[in-house]
Amino acid sequence: MPKSKSAYSIPTKKQKPDTYIFVVWVDNESGVLARVVGLFSGRGYNIESLAVAEVDAIKNISRITIVTTGTPQVIDQIRLQLTKLVPVHKVAEFKREDKSVIFKEMALFKIVGKKTKIEKCLNACKKFNPIILDETKTSAVIQITALRREIDVMNKKLKPLGLISTSRTGAVAMTRGAKIFN
Amino acid sequence: MPKLLTGAEIVFKCLEDQKVEHIFGYPGGAVLPIYDELKNHPSIKHILVRHEQGAGHAAEGYARSSGKPGVVLVTSGPGATNVVTALTDAYMDSVPLVCISGQVPTHLIGTDAFQECDTTGITRPCTKHNWLVKDINDLSKVIHEAFRVATTGRPGPVLIDIPKDIQFAKTKYKKLNKEIKLNGKSHNKFSQNQIDELVKLLSKAKKPIIYSGGGVINSGPKASNALREFVELTGFPITSTLQGLGAYPGDDNQFLGMLGMHGTYEANNAMHDCDLLINIGARFDDRITGKIDEFSPNSKKVHIDIDPSSINKIIKVDLAIVGDVSSVMSKINKTITKRKNGHSKSNKSNIAKWWEQIEKWREKNSLNFINSDESIKPQHAVQRLYELTKNKDTYVTTEVGQHQMWAAQHYKFNKPNRWMTSGGLGTMGYGLPAAVGVQIAHPDKLVIDIAGEASVLMTMQEMSTAVQYNLPIKIFILNNQYMGMVRQWQELLHEKNYSESYSEALPDFMKMADAYGCKGIKADNPRDLDDKIQEMIDYNGPVIFDCHVDPNENCFPMIPSGKPHNQMILGPNDQEENKIKGKGKALV
Repeated sequence: MPKSKSAYSIPTKKQKPDTYIFVVWVDNESGVLARVVGLFSGRGYNIESLAVAEVDAIKNISRITIVTTGTPQVIDQIRLQLTKLVPVHKVAEFKREDKSVIFKEMALFKIVGKKTKIEKCLNACKKFNPIILDETKTSAVIQITALRREIDVMNKKLKPLGLISTSRTGAVAMTRGAKIFN
Repeated sequence: MPKLLTGAEIVFKCLEDQKVEHIFGYPGGAVLPIYDELKNHPSIKHILVRHEQGAGHAAEGYARSSGKPGVVLVTSGPGATNVVTALTDAYMDSVPLVCISGQVPTHLIGTDAFQECDTTGITRPCTKHNWLVKDINDLSKVIHEAFRVATTGRPGPVLIDIPKDIQFAKTKYKKLNKEIKLNGKSHNKFSQNQIDELVKLLSKAKKPIIYSGGGVINSGPKASNALREFVELTGFPITSTLQGLGAYPGDDNQFLGMLGMHGTYEANNAMHDCDLLINIGARFDDRITGKIDEFSPNSKKVHIDIDPSSINKIIKVDLAIVGDVSSVMSKINKTITKRKNGHSKSNKSNIAKWWEQIEKWREKNSLNFINSDESIKPQHAVQRLYELTKNKDTYVTTEVGQHQMWAAQHYKFNKPNRWMTSGGLGTMGYGLPAAVGVQIAHPDKLVIDIAGEASVLMTMQEMSTAVQYNLPIKIFILNNQYMGMVRQWQELLHEKNYSESYSEALPDFMKMADAYGCKGIKADNPRDLDDKIQEMIDYNGPVIFDCHVDPNENCFPMIPSGKPHNQMILGPNDQEENKIKGKGKALV
C-alpha cells in the first residue's frame, strides 16, 4: 500500500459505478442550470448527458434530465445534494436498466451524397423511426430517436455512407404505464 | 396610495423587520445608496471593518456566539471577492450569514464595468443560495427569503447581489410574509418508531459512546440541555468534535475530551472499540474518522442530523434520524424517562466494564506534555489562561494551527456558543475578526482570541476596528516563530524539510500594539506568565499578548493520516517510556 504523503488519507475500497438517470424539477429562473451543473462539477460527479427545457409555463417549472455514473453511495449523495438546492422541487432517479422507464435521445444526421447512399442511410436507420427533415439532390437531414448506444452505433455506421455532421440531444425520460415519477 | 420606498430604504426596512442590530461592512461605489440610507436607521449599528474578509469572519463570530444570523454589507467587485473566504468558511461550518453586496447598475452587467464581477457566479458554490435582484419589486421578498434560507435547516451563508440602480429604484414595501414555502425541504422528518428503535439500541449496548458535534450548538441552548440530560439518563461516555465543544461540560467526568486527529487517547479508542456509536449533529469529517475502512469496525451506528445529505455520505449508518437535534433529543429523553418509570431497570450496570476500560485508557493521560521552567510551553500557556479565566463567562476564538488544537485540548468549555473556531475550512486569520464580532454581540464579556503569530498576521488590520469601537478583545498569541502545524507535518512526512514554514522577519508585536493604540504585553518566562495573563484580563481595552513559547513543541496525541483510531501517536512522555529516547521526534 502506498504511504500517504499528505494530511489526508488515501482512497481505499473501490465500488463499481453504474449508470443512472436523474430527473429534476426546478424553478425556471436564471442561474438554475448553473447551480445543478455546478453541483456536479464541484463535487466531482460525472455528467454523460443533459437535457433541459421548461415543461410548465404557468408554474414556471423546468425539467432537467441528467445521465450520470456512480456507485450507489454517490448516487444517493447526488440525490440528497440536489434536493437541498433552493430552486429544486423534486428529484427522481433510476438505473439505466430499469424496465419501467423509457428514455430516448434524438439525433440529426446530415448526409451528403447521391440518392442511393441516402437511401442506404435511411434503410440502416429503419429501426429508429427515421424522418427526413430536409432533402436536396445531394444531401439529406435525417432525424432518429433511439438509445444512446444505438445512436453511437448509427453514428459509426453512417460515416462511410456520407455522414458529415451529427447533432444529438441528451436523454429524456418518462415512466411507463399510468404512474408518474414521485 | 402607499409611500414608495427606494431599494436602499427597503434593505433597511427588511433588516429592521428581521430585528438586525449590527451589520459588518465596508463601503464602496456600488453600495453607496445603502450607506447613504444608514443614518436614518438608528436601531442598526454599522461596524466598519478594515477588509471585507474581516467583515465576514466578524459576522461569523457574532452569529456563533449569539445564535442570530450575522449580516455583512460589501461593495461590488473586490468587496465581494474579498468576502468569499468568509462565506466559504461559514458554509463549511454551518454558520448563518446574510451577505448583501452591491453590483454595477443592471444595464452595465456583463460589460466588464468598473468593479464588476460575477458575484453570484463566484459565490454560488460557497453559499446555500444566492440572488441577483434585477427587479425592485422582488427585493423585499428576496431579502426575507434570504434570512429564512440562512437560518433554517442546516444554517449557512447566503448572498444578495443588488445592482446600484435597484438601490435607487422605488416601489411599495411588502411586509414579511409569514407563510413558509419549504419546497419539500422539511427538516424534522423523524418518527417515534425511529426513537423507539434507538432506545432499544441504548438498552442493549455494552460499549456505547456518544459523539456530538456542531449541530448541537447550532440547534440552540435547548439542544445542549437535552444532550446533558440524555448523557445523565444513559450514563454513557461522550466525546465531541472540535465544533461541538461546550455543548457538554468539558470538565465533567463522563466527557472524554475531543476526538479525532488530535483528540484524546480515550475518546479515539472508545470510538474504535464501541458497540454503539451515537452521532449527534456531527458529520464524520475526515479529521474525525481517520481511515474509513477501519472506522469503528464493530459498532451499530446511529446518526442524528438535520441535513439528510450528511447521512451515509462518508460512513454507512444503521439508524438515521433526520431532524433538529433539540427536538430529536427531547423526544428521546421523554421516551427513556417513560420507559424507566415502567421498569426501574437501567443499563448503567451493563456498561460498568466499559467504563473500567475507558478509565484504563484515561490513565495514559494523553494530553500530557513535559513542562519546563525555562521556556513557556504552549500547552502550559493555554492551561494557565484557562485556570485564570474559567470563573468568568469567557468567549474564546482561535486562528488555525497548533495553537487551535492546544486550545481545544486544554481549554475546557462548559457552555455552548463560547467557542468559535474555523474547523471545516481551516481559515488562518479567522480568530481576530471573529473576536471582534463576538465582542460586539457580548460587550461586557471577556473575549480572547487564542492565536498563532502566523495566522494573526493575516487579518491583523482588524485591530483598528477593535480600537475604533473600544472592543476590549484580547489577542493571546502563542508565538513559536513557525507556522507550527505546517512545520509539524513537514517533520512527520517530509523528512524535516521545513520549506518556508519559518516566520522570518516577524514584526515586534509590542510596537504593533502601540501603533494600533492598544496595549501590548510580552511574556517569555513561565514565572511571569500568570501575572501577565492577569494583567491582560484586568486591562479594560484591546490587548495584544505576545507569548513567546517553545518553538519546537508539537501537538500530540495525533492520528497520523491513513491510520485508524487505535493507532495514535502519543506525546514525548509516552515515547520515552517506550524507550525511544532522543529519536522521539524522528519517529512520529
